[in-house]
Amino acid sequence: MVYGMPSTPNPPRIDLMGHLSIKNLEVSFHTREGTIRAVEGIELAIEPGEIVGLVGESGSGKSVTCNSILQLLPTPPARVDNGKVEWSGKDLLDYSESSIRKIRGKEISMIFQDPMSCLNPYLPVVDQVAEPLIIHKIYNPAEAKAKAVEMLMKVGVKRVKEFPLSYPHEFSGGMRQRAMIAMALITEPALLLADEPTTALDVTVQAKILTILRELCSDLGVSVLFVSHDLGLVAELADRVVVMYRGKVVEQNDTASIFKNPQHPYVKALIACRPTLENTLWRLPTVEDFMSPSAEQKPHTQKKGAHSRFLHPRKNLLVGKDLVVQFTSENGPVRAVDNVSISIGQGTTLGLVGESGSGKTTLGRALLNLVTRTSGEILFQDRLMDLGTRKSEMHFRKSMQIIFQDPYASLNPRLTIEQTLLEPMMVHQIGNSKKERLKKVIDLLEEVGLGEEHLARYPHEFSGGQRQRICVARALSTEPEFIVCDECVSAMDVSVQAQVLNLLKSLQDSRGLTYLFISHDLGVVKFMSDEITVMQNGKIVETGSADCIYNDPQTEYTKQLINSIPLANRSVNFSF
Amino acid sequence: MTQQSSSLGRDAWLRLRANRMAMLSIYLLLGIFLISLVGPWLSSYSYEQQDLDHIFQSPGKNHLFGTDNLGRDVFARTTYGGRISLAVGLLATLVSLVIGVTYGMLSGYLGGRMDAWMMRAVDVLYSLPFIIFVILLMVLFGRNFLLLFLAIGAVEWLTMARITRAQTLNLKKAEFVEAARALGYSHSRILFRHLLPNLIGPIIIYATLTVPAVMLLEAVLSFLGLGVQAPMSSWGSLIKEGAEKMDAAPWLLFFPGSFFCLTLFALNFLGDGLRDALDPKSSKD
Repeated sequence: MVYGMPSTPNPPRIDLMGHLSIKNLEVSFHTREGTIRAVEGIELAIEPGEIVGLVGESGSGKSVTCNSILQLLPTPPARVDNGKVEWSGKDLLDYSESSIRKIRGKEISMIFQDPMSCLNPYLPVVDQVAEPLIIHKIYNPAEAKAKAVEMLMKVGVKRVKEFPLSYPHEFSGGMRQRAMIAMALITEPALLLADEPTTALDVTVQAKILTILRELCSDLGVSVLFVSHDLGLVAELADRVVVMYRGKVVEQNDTASIFKNPQHPYVKALIACRPTLENTLWRLPTVEDFMSPSAEQKPHTQKKGAHSRFLHPRKNLLVGKDLVVQFTSENGPVRAVDNVSISIGQGTTLGLVGESGSGKTTLGRALLNLVTRTSGEILFQDRLMDLGTRKSEMHFRKSMQIIFQDPYASLNPRLTIEQTLLEPMMVHQIGNSKKERLKKVIDLLEEVGLGEEHLARYPHEFSGGQRQRICVARALSTEPEFIVCDECVSAMDVSVQAQVLNLLKSLQDSRGLTYLFISHDLGVVKFMSDEITVMQNGKIVETGSADCIYNDPQTEYTKQLINSIPLANRSVNFSF
Repeated sequence: MTQQSSSLGRDAWLRLRANRMAMLSIYLLLGIFLISLVGPWLSSYSYEQQDLDHIFQSPGKNHLFGTDNLGRDVFARTTYGGRISLAVGLLATLVSLVIGVTYGMLSGYLGGRMDAWMMRAVDVLYSLPFIIFVILLMVLFGRNFLLLFLAIGAVEWLTMARITRAQTLNLKKAEFVEAARALGYSHSRILFRHLLPNLIGPIIIYATLTVPAVMLLEAVLSFLGLGVQAPMSSWGSLIKEGAEKMDAAPWLLFFPGSFFCLTLFALNFLGDGLRDALDPKSSKD
């Protein structure tokens, strides 16, 4: 604003207030291994008061775009090669470090993904929320603190009223993320950048956070750039959706139109490959199906009913009776699994659903004897499981395997794929000679969609999806009958998730495997499972066939779980 | 572990090679090793040969590093002392490595009460005053070169055990270790094939820091007259003698002192270089 100049007030300037426009932005990363072009010329505009969703899988450049707005990229290795980020008519990329600091947290705020590590553990939450007001000299410390308490109450962090000196560790993840929102919005910024703000949270908590975010932003008239990998989630919130793929914007449109009438094959694939609660596909479509035109007509409509493995009740492969797993904590014993009985039919999949802390992971570990159970017994193939002797341990270990959530942590970084896959066969004496085992390893790799050329490589040379395939191959290497899949697709992009889920299904078909499929994502569990068990606080609250649980949930908790799933993922109405 | 000529190892080597100080240190160390090895043979004097006609000769043609108060050739004594100092440094480190890594890995892997007991034992040993411990050994067993190794090894493995234990505790929670258990691998297989190779990084780094520490300890012991005794020499004992006659014959201190300092510098730079090279995160800058 120019004061004291009565002539020509420059009207376009005023129009541009609170208006963000990214023009032809190009960002690259320069490392010793070479140059990676993360963002290749994207155009993006956000009008005041608008909520824009920025969607893409990991590596698509969405977070890089978001971080470059406030110059938060680490430089080096990152470098902005080209383009402008215009905020209220001025290019933010030209700002010096000290002048961009006046924008950060005042005009444009940010919320990050991990609420656990975004708050300083040594400072009371109220002080941290009040800090932006003090730094930007909007209020004096006392006023700022009062304002912070008010703001925290608004986002539902009630605890601060009673205990004004609460520290971050006294809050749950959801409450911390609420505090982060309060901190970001307390200066009443014009734009909020939210980078995957709910990804680390349970679905029920996610739903609450989204509601708060939506209400507060419309109250305060804040425009939002909501970055997420989950198209369904973005649909809940955004007025307009921008889809990024490999550093480029492939499509942008208002939310309803993008779901009703997606244009780009990648966007079509993103919408289709997510398992929803209503469809009953046998196989999920994958991005490849859409990106290569020849395969596009492939029908995916084969119904589960045709395969219904429930027509003939199978005999139980695994039965757990009155299982209790008790841990000792500082506050006395805690029952992670509390008197749970469970049975899984041969060749079927039992889905295990629950929020974090419900004991579902511990139950899976207890069934494999990776966690010592306090009491209860397990029958496997009608044999009482007892790992007393090395011989019986080897028998059970061979026939039961596990696939973990994080494919990065579950492979030994110092062993090649060949060594990783040969070792179980050597230990369990499968195959008579090294040559025979090697042939089996190659067969396994091909079965999971990899090849002989991958044998000599190390885990760090593979992508997340490929690593999970290797983990599947390793689990299969002992020729097991029962596999626990512990959140094994939770850390993946939807497109990769679809491939792994399809792989698991086809393996079940060809090998007659039995799965215990643990996940917090009801859509995924419903896609995979014949029967579903819902756990809460270490106890089973409901068990039933997959369709029954979804169509006719008996308990409040299950209803709540289903209702928390973003609407777009609950229905297939806007498929194409 | 011989099959670890992995691309991880190759990456680490590439990163190390790009580090100039570390590479310079490697060449310097090799040079010092070589001189210590062949030096006593090259010299026309033996380390103990006295020539009372030529005492306190300054460095010159006949005696490259000069002579000491008994006319002994300082070059021969310094290189011979290098053999002993380097041998003590490397052997004691190796001993502490083997004991410390095994003990620490077992303690961390077993966990629980066993871990608590094993670590309390380490604490007790930590609290023994080192010098008194050495004097006690000397009184009981007399002066003996082997005791030097024993005394130093007994002290140095404690820290190694603690470091290894802490790393093991972290690593054993990793999902690939759990996967190994689910696959029915035996404990020894998990320990030596899955845990140990992943501990190598911190172990190597700490080892390169232990070598100079051990050589310093040897120097301290020799300085106090508890270590290597004349006419044998080590860098430590030479420095002690040199320090006494610093005014009259500074070369007695200068030459063994510079060898010692150069070795310590080189090892510390190499240790730093290895730490960076073996850290996979450092490839991302």
